[in-house]
Parts: sequence; C-alpha cells; structure tokens
Amino acid sequence: MVTGDVKLIGSWASVFVMRARIALNLKSISYEFLQETYGTKSELLLKSNPVHKKIPVLIHDDKPVCESNIIVQYIDEAWSSYGLSILPSQPYDRAIARFWAAYVDDKWFIALRSILTARGEEEKKAAIAEVEERTDHLEKAFIECSNGKPFFNGDHIGYLDIALGSFLGWWKVVELDANHILLDETKTPSLFQWAERFCNDPDVKPLMPETTKLAEFARKLFPKPQA
Amino acid sequence: MGDTEEVKLLGVWFSPYAIRPKIALRIKSVDYDYFEEDLFGSKSELLLKSNPVHKKVPVLIHNNKPILESLNIVEYIDETWNASGPSILPSHPHDRAQARFWSAFVDDKWFPALKAAAITKSEEAKEKGMKEVEGGLLQLEEAFVSISKGKPFFGGEAIGFMDICLGSFVGILKAREKLKGEKLLDESKIPFLCKWANEFLSDDTVKNVVPEIDKVVEFLGELEVRAQSAVSKT
Repeated sequence: MVTGDVKLIGSWASVFVMRARIALNLKSISYEFLQETYGTKSELLLKSNPVHKKIPVLIHDDKPVCESNIIVQYIDEAWSSYGLSILPSQPYDRAIARFWAAYVDDKWFIALRSILTARGEEEKKAAIAEVEERTDHLEKAFIECSNGKPFFNGDHIGYLDIALGSFLGWWKVVELDANHILLDETKTPSLFQWAERFCNDPDVKPLMPETTKLAEFARKLFPKPQA
Repeated sequence: MGDTEEVKLLGVWFSPYAIRPKIALRIKSVDYDYFEEDLFGSKSELLLKSNPVHKKVPVLIHNNKPILESLNIVEYIDETWNASGPSILPSHPHDRAQARFWSAFVDDKWFPALKAAAITKSEEAKEKGMKEVEGGLLQLEEAFVSISKGKPFFGGEAIGFMDICLGSFVGILKAREKLKGEKLLDESKIPFLCKWANEFLSDDTVKNVVPEIDKVVEFLGELEVRAQSAVSKT
C-alpha cells in the first residue's frame, strides 16, 4: 500500500512529538524524522506551522498537520485501513477518550509542569498535591475506560493511552526533581501497572527517552534559580 | 436509531459553548429536552452528577450517558446521528484536521485573549490583548478564504464544525460593539468574516438558537456591574 511522502518535524525530548511517532508506529508508516535543534526553529517549521511555530508538525504529501492530538487523529483517519484503530469505534467511547485526553493536557500536565517551575517548598508541595489529586482522577478514568483490559483503549494501545503515556518519561524526571513518588503503586495501582505495559510496548519502547538524558535536558529547560 | 432515544442538554442561555450543541442537534433534526442552569445560582444535582470533574455546561446526556465539552459533544452528535442531515465535520482527513486546528485556535488562543482583554483593569494589557484578538481575526479571515473556497461557510454550502465553533462567539462580538463601540467585526479589515458572520446568524439552524443581540447586550452590562460591585466590596 502506498503511504505517500511522510515527514515529521520534532524533537527526541518532546512528549507531543512522541504521540505522533507512536501513532505512526502503530500504523507501520515509514517517515522521515526531522529533528529540530533546541533553541532555534527551522525554516520548514516556521513555514509549516506559521500560527504556533511549534513541534510536532506532520507533513503528508506536502500538506502540514499541526497539534499532537490532531495529528494522532489524522494518522488514524488517513491510514484507517492500516493496522488497528487508534480511536475507539463507538461514538460514546470516542467522546470519553477525547474528554480525558483534553483533561491530561489542560489540567494534569499543567499541574505536573508547575512542580518544575515551583519557587520554594510551599509552592512545590501545593503543586504535588494537585498532581496527586488529578492522577487519582486518571486512575478512575482508567478503570472506567479499560473495562478490565490492559489499556485505556482495551486490548491494544489507543488515543488516550498515547495522550497520557507519552508523558511517562517526563513523569519520572519530575519525580526525581521533586524527590517524591508521583505514580504510586499503592495509591494508583491500575495506572502503575498500565504504565509498565505501555513503556514495554514494542511501538513505544524505542521512542521513550532515557531518564538521565531527559533529566539533563530538563535542567536546561527549567533552570533552578540561583540561591 | 431506536425510538426510545432520550436526549437531554444542560446549558446556560448566554454560553457560547452551550450554543454549539444546540446548533448541531438542529442540523441533525434531533429532539431533546433542554435544562437551563442557573448562571449565578447553585449548580443542579444533574449537572454535578453528570460532570463531576469540571461541573460545567454544556452537558449532553444521551440515554443516560453524559458527554462533556462543547466541541466533543458536537463531534459525538455528528457521529451518532451520521445518517441524518449533512455532515458537520468535513469528510477528508486533512480537512478534518484543519477544522480541528482552527477550532482549537479559537478556543485555546483567540477567545481567552478576548476574555482577558475584556476583564483587565490595566489599559496597557487591554490594548495589547485587543491587538492579539484583532491579529487572530486576521488569521481567521485568511483561514476562511482558504478553506471556504468561495462558498458561504467554512463547511462549504452548509454550516460545519468550524462555523459552529467560531459562530458561537458572533453574538458576543456584536453585543460588545453595541455596548462598547468595539468594532471587531470590521468590514474594512475582515470583509469575508463579516459577511460570513451575517450568513451564519441568518441560517435556519442558528436563527432561533443563538440569543438575541439586545439580550446579550443587557446581560454583558449586568456582568460588568456585578464585577465592579465585587471589586468595590474588597
């Protein structure tokens, strides 16, 4: 089957880029990966995403698609006959998956990031408490969506698994930074076990950045204020 | 679909987000029971039960299953009643991605900038904010020209996803023009969007669904009074 010319502009460290790459792997689509250099934006990026100037950008037969969750849906729809479905098949299940994926980005991720940007112990403690509360919501969501199966999407990885799972590398880095467990086996056992399954999935494993390398990058991105 | 379909919509008359599912349900000719939430009062039991995470409207309840978030609800309506009426999302994957991209732009960048500019007490922030809002409208004008290809709507001949998303804010823009003289829908700057806005408001699926501009003007005025009295109490 002809997939057309597929390029992805991104970076090894980006959660959002990883989403697109996992989706392309799930569909066995070959693509050219164009790694952006940290601190600069390439001509191609600026031309393909003039509105936001951000990665990832998928370029399929010279047509750009932007925003990670939109790219994942595009990949599912453009190559619907390839591999397994990424979005669930029933409208209600799709709505649930989209709802929680939006929650991950709009509420959960914001809280996680605020641990890295927190100034002082008080702010950090408050941020940690918020992440724990929101992770608890996601535990309940997992139980509801998975229905006893290994992934949010059921038997195999899908949209919501990708949306949350792509954060697992950074999740570990923030844990180290905060010196506090943020994915607790006893508090959120289902999510904990799901995380291990997700990271070991063959379409995910080669993409997950190494914790030490990511932690080093995090220190560049979120420098600590000098005491 | 079965003959025992039960469709409820929880909303607030003023909310652009609640207008969106109403238009979508109209496009698909779906009958539903509407429940108005008390904007300034307490939230109903039904709302708290159906949307425990965000406690916000709109909420669509279809055969006792709640669906949340306005654009999510619109996609759900399009997929569930796909055999009825025209499609709301475009059919080609790239066009669907475009529709989702621009609606995310409206919801995540453009409208929050307008809201912030409207609320801020700082003149400097207001000016900066309004520039961003105007800049956004110019980008949306360009997007409209490219996507509509000479047809009246983003969706082509009929109202589609992106029309519903941006169109739900037209009432507020027109009301702010009446209340504040703020001319964001400026024919000299965004002629195509201005024409589109009027087409949108006169469409059969929108006409009796969006609130009357004068009612919105009155409400915006009331909101301002409440905001000011809240400030003077501190």
